[in-house]
Amino acid sequence: MTESGTRMARLRRPSLARGILGGLAGLVIGALPLIVAAQLGTEIKPGGFLALGYIGLLLGWLAGLGTFGPWAAWALGRPVNTEDQAAAHGRGGDWTRYFRFTTDHKVIGIQYLLAFLALFLIAGVLAMVVRLELAQPGQIFATDTYNTIMSTHGTLMIFVALNTIVGGLGNYFVPLMIGARDMAFPRLNALSFWLVPPALLLILLNPLFGGFDTGWTAYPPLSRQAELGEQAFLLTFITIGISSIVSAVNFLVTVARMRTTGMSMMRLPIFVWSLLVTTAIVLVATSVVASALTMSLFDRLIGTDFFRPAAGGDPILYQHLFWFYSHPAVYVMAVPAFGAVLEVVPVFARKPLFAYRLAVLSFVAIGVLSFMVWAHHMFVSGMAEFFHIPIMISTELISVPTGIVFFSALGTIWLGRLRFATPMLWVFGFIWCFLIGGITGVYLADVPTDLVLTDTYFVVAHFHYTIVGGMIFGMFAGLTYWFPKFTGRLMSERLGKIHFWWFTLAFNASFMPMFWLGIQGMRRRIADYPAELGELNLWASVAAWMIGLSMLVFVYNFIRSWARGPLAGANPWRARTLEWQVTSPPPVENFEHLPVVSSGPYEYGALAAGPAIQPTAFSGPDGRPR
Amino acid sequence: MTVMEHAAHGPDLDPLEERRRLVLGLRLFILSEIMLFGAFFTAYFVLRAQAPAWPPSPEFERPGLALVGLNTLILLSSSVTMQWAMTRIGRDDRAGFRRGLLATLILGAVFLGIQIFEFASNGFGISDGVFGSTFYALTGLHGAHVLTGLLLMGVVANRARLGLVSREHHTAAELVGIYWHFVDVVWVTLFVTVYVL
Repeated sequence: MTESGTRMARLRRPSLARGILGGLAGLVIGALPLIVAAQLGTEIKPGGFLALGYIGLLLGWLAGLGTFGPWAAWALGRPVNTEDQAAAHGRGGDWTRYFRFTTDHKVIGIQYLLAFLALFLIAGVLAMVVRLELAQPGQIFATDTYNTIMSTHGTLMIFVALNTIVGGLGNYFVPLMIGARDMAFPRLNALSFWLVPPALLLILLNPLFGGFDTGWTAYPPLSRQAELGEQAFLLTFITIGISSIVSAVNFLVTVARMRTTGMSMMRLPIFVWSLLVTTAIVLVATSVVASALTMSLFDRLIGTDFFRPAAGGDPILYQHLFWFYSHPAVYVMAVPAFGAVLEVVPVFARKPLFAYRLAVLSFVAIGVLSFMVWAHHMFVSGMAEFFHIPIMISTELISVPTGIVFFSALGTIWLGRLRFATPMLWVFGFIWCFLIGGITGVYLADVPTDLVLTDTYFVVAHFHYTIVGGMIFGMFAGLTYWFPKFTGRLMSERLGKIHFWWFTLAFNASFMPMFWLGIQGMRRRIADYPAELGELNLWASVAAWMIGLSMLVFVYNFIRSWARGPLAGANPWRARTLEWQVTSPPPVENFEHLPVVSSGPYEYGALAAGPAIQPTAFSGPDGRPR
Repeated sequence: MTVMEHAAHGPDLDPLEERRRLVLGLRLFILSEIMLFGAFFTAYFVLRAQAPAWPPSPEFERPGLALVGLNTLILLSSSVTMQWAMTRIGRDDRAGFRRGLLATLILGAVFLGIQIFEFASNGFGISDGVFGSTFYALTGLHGAHVLTGLLLMGVVANRARLGLVSREHHTAAELVGIYWHFVDVVWVTLFVTVYVL
């Protein structure tokens, strides 16, 4: 872009500033009909203003950013402005492209990554506040304040777990790993990212609307009675849901149609397979939770009675619909982390991935089984008795494919020539923590033990061991592994190792005692607890603050290495997958000529395997042979 | 969803390949739409099964079948005209395509008009217990999909008027057709479960 444009001319082009202006205008326009109606004497609930104003804001924001321009031009039969298109594809090249509506999947990946890492830190600070309240018996905060902090922490962390690997690393690396130039629908890809900032802003502002005290599960009837902040939560969750559905369609079409020549399904890097299964789950499950939340919203706003027993509604119905999505969602968090871990292991063990086909099959099995286990969250809800045993069995069945994923990692490590670089350390951390999370899950899947342990700190410890031990450890493995690729620079190994040991030890010190606290009967989601549990809670709190402090090391390392780390070169880990065969960071077009793949991605040590890709003078511009 | 990506890919993307991607994308999107309607149908069946009678309160009556039966025929015939339009454009008969599309648009609009008339003449509202909630949520959700379909058809009709739709370039029309048939199938399910059974 040239500097010739005056401020007015610049405002006429799509930009972040115009997005904000458009959002404000949309907010007013959205709420206007209700303001008029209220002036005319109709009684309008405050939730009505929030809902319509928010929808207006969302549309105005997207329009201001330039989302709809080319689509509108196409719909009206006008020629599409190619200059805008080129600018939108990120050929500008400077850092401002990260703050614009840009269709390059690599820019969108970084946008997702940084947005959700920032959210991770915010939600982490909230966790520190939660542990401050729980450090000693008695209460520091008012109960409602504590509930809002706890609920916001949980909700934000769910979004972090759902989006950081899929949206961040997935967007950046899937097209590179399959040998494509971009996602199948780049503009939809940008749309699914830019839906996110207003939604996150709304949930962060929920204390202004009175906060919400339902946790991220938002069960009625509490969610129906809760403050307006509850509605902020519902609107945010629905928006994030729509964004994930759009991006799921995009991923699936990309992998189905845009693999380069020779990249058969059984040659796909395991990370791509994990995202394929993940996005399939997202596609099928997300609209169910969106429906449940919409029914909740309607119950609050326009007087429907879906979940109001007095009028024939059924609160248990909400729990079924909610967990039909939200248990598979646990695998939306975990499976990409499995993929990242299995991607890292062969590179640092210098061995082919053990039982690749079986690992792929396990991913698919996890995806299918994840839809048959949701009601294990509801053993004490009063749902139909006959449902308990089948759900218990299917839940335990899912540990079989998950175990195979473990064996795939362990079998690769076995007799490998290990390099204990930071990404590999996170893999070992993952194996340790997720194993504990998985084994303790058995007690929650078994009906008799679950009846005792449900809603105690045993559950809190269990799901932190699975989500942090699974997803966050996998994320750090992937992040430290791919950092040289997306920044072009090496991370400090020394700081990386300090962060790993500090984080892992503090994490285990904090959450391991919570199993015991739960068995002693400490209830989750409640600000106070019996005085005799004080000492162990203080220990857990101090350890939790240590986790928070360890993140400072990570943030320092991340920023400093990105700015001033030593240059990485194309392939510092000597990996064989396609993303490492181009420069770091990759060029806008990803590949000058699309590669032709002639062997699997993990054939380390096999001398006869030959190069993973052939130079391709003979492939056409879309990668198909001429 | 008529989402075209011509320019972002540059001129080098094979139109046939682009069509394949868009059709696959739409089919996947429809899968998530099926789950959306599935959740609302689940709510309907669960709440109805738990009610002592349907409608639970004797003061409300279910809408009569005559008008909605006629409306069902109208919507079904709109799927036929849509398919006829697709056949015409397949033979590069642009005028025939436009006539078929216009007929579909009109039939869809009439369907929506009759739905709104029925809503207005029903003796119950959305806040009248689970009966009203499920009835209006399901039919309203479907109505929103019909409206979306009509808007998309309007876009395609406009492009056809400008001479931009041809045998070689009618992916958008094809996508709207698939979407319209889906909306139609949902209606048949809805008609049988909500009105007849």
